[in-house]
Amino acid sequence: MAEIEAGGGGKHKGGKKRGKKMSTRVDFTPMVDLGFLLITFFMLTTSMNKPQTMEINMPVKDEKVEDASKVKASQAVTVLLAKDDKIVYYFIDPVTGEPQTPQITNFSAGGIRATLLKENKQRNPRLDSIPIYKDMLNKGSINEDQYKGYLSGIRGYKEALIVVIKASDKSRYNNLVDILDEMMICNIGRYAVVDITAPEVEMLKTVNLE
Amino acid sequence: MPKVKVPRKSTSVDMTAMTDVAFLLLTFFMLATKFKPDEPVVVDTPSSISEIKLPESGIMQITIDKQGRVFFGITEQTTREAVLQRMAEKYKMKFSAEEIKEFSLQSTVGLPLSQLSSYLKIDAEARKAIQTSGVPTDSLNNELGDWIWQARLVNNDIRVAIKGDRDANMPTVKRVIAVLQEKKVNRFNFITSMEKAGE
Repeated sequence: MAEIEAGGGGKHKGGKKRGKKMSTRVDFTPMVDLGFLLITFFMLTTSMNKPQTMEINMPVKDEKVEDASKVKASQAVTVLLAKDDKIVYYFIDPVTGEPQTPQITNFSAGGIRATLLKENKQRNPRLDSIPIYKDMLNKGSINEDQYKGYLSGIRGYKEALIVVIKASDKSRYNNLVDILDEMMICNIGRYAVVDITAPEVEMLKTVNLE
Repeated sequence: MPKVKVPRKSTSVDMTAMTDVAFLLLTFFMLATKFKPDEPVVVDTPSSISEIKLPESGIMQITIDKQGRVFFGITEQTTREAVLQRMAEKYKMKFSAEEIKEFSLQSTVGLPLSQLSSYLKIDAEARKAIQTSGVPTDSLNNELGDWIWQARLVNNDIRVAIKGDRDANMPTVKRVIAVLQEKKVNRFNFITSMEKAGE
């Protein structure tokens, strides 16, 4: 893109002969090219988005302390992560204290999520107020911190569903993250990741998922 | 009738403004850029709905890849140096000043301490081609535990982040969590990526 000088260097009729006036303009095009090339480079190499994380607290392992906070059997559900992205869950029968028949499900929206939502709703009547608080947050009548406070209060309700997560050796890491995600989606405040026990491995064998 | 003369206009556009914008953007990106650290392995992190952002500094990152290899990394260069010196002391090993310097430039360790010295002597380019075996985690030779412990001694506020591959097998993940718990780390983060819509 060469510069086309219009009207530049005109002939002077008569008069003094002057030196040709040189244009002071410089062609900026290559400089712009270079500029954008570098921008492209930096845009591609830059990592603007910080990675996301989920926080997890493990129960403190202390051999001396006996598990003091025994939960009501009817309140807890045990979720076993099996192979092939399958989930097996079971409740404890409140009368006999024996595990109920294990149910097989998966990570789809109609799978474990539906069950957890339903069971949690039965036990935690305060869950219904979450949308109200959410609405208040959106309208600005409560701030973010207050909202989080209310939310954790509701999630930590005494009678609410407690989920015990046990991952079998055949499951993948993705399953663990997914199930922790479900805890958040289903507003389950109390859950724990625990080692799988031998009877549970046997249970998985009976449903051919070990 | 005199001809109407159309004045010839210059086709050149003033580029100055465009240059200004281009360089403004360039400056912004140059300042905002933090080069992606060389990751020893490609890890496809699972997605989650969590929106907590990981802080950029003060992190000790444990990477678990598809094959179940474990890598250990610390964000700060100075911490890295101090931790290596402590590890060398503990394992009665000697590292030269150059080796420590070279080590501090590495984002992660992915091999047993005994192989580290010879690994650091290799040219940085050639190093990429080498498949390392990962940090040993088994209970007889629990180097991962020592790395974690020493890192916590150097920086008490360091946070632990686990970056696992989707297909990382559960025994390895469990083992890493068990090691963390042995070292009294009961609170840690799982690095995840944004949940894709419709998933």
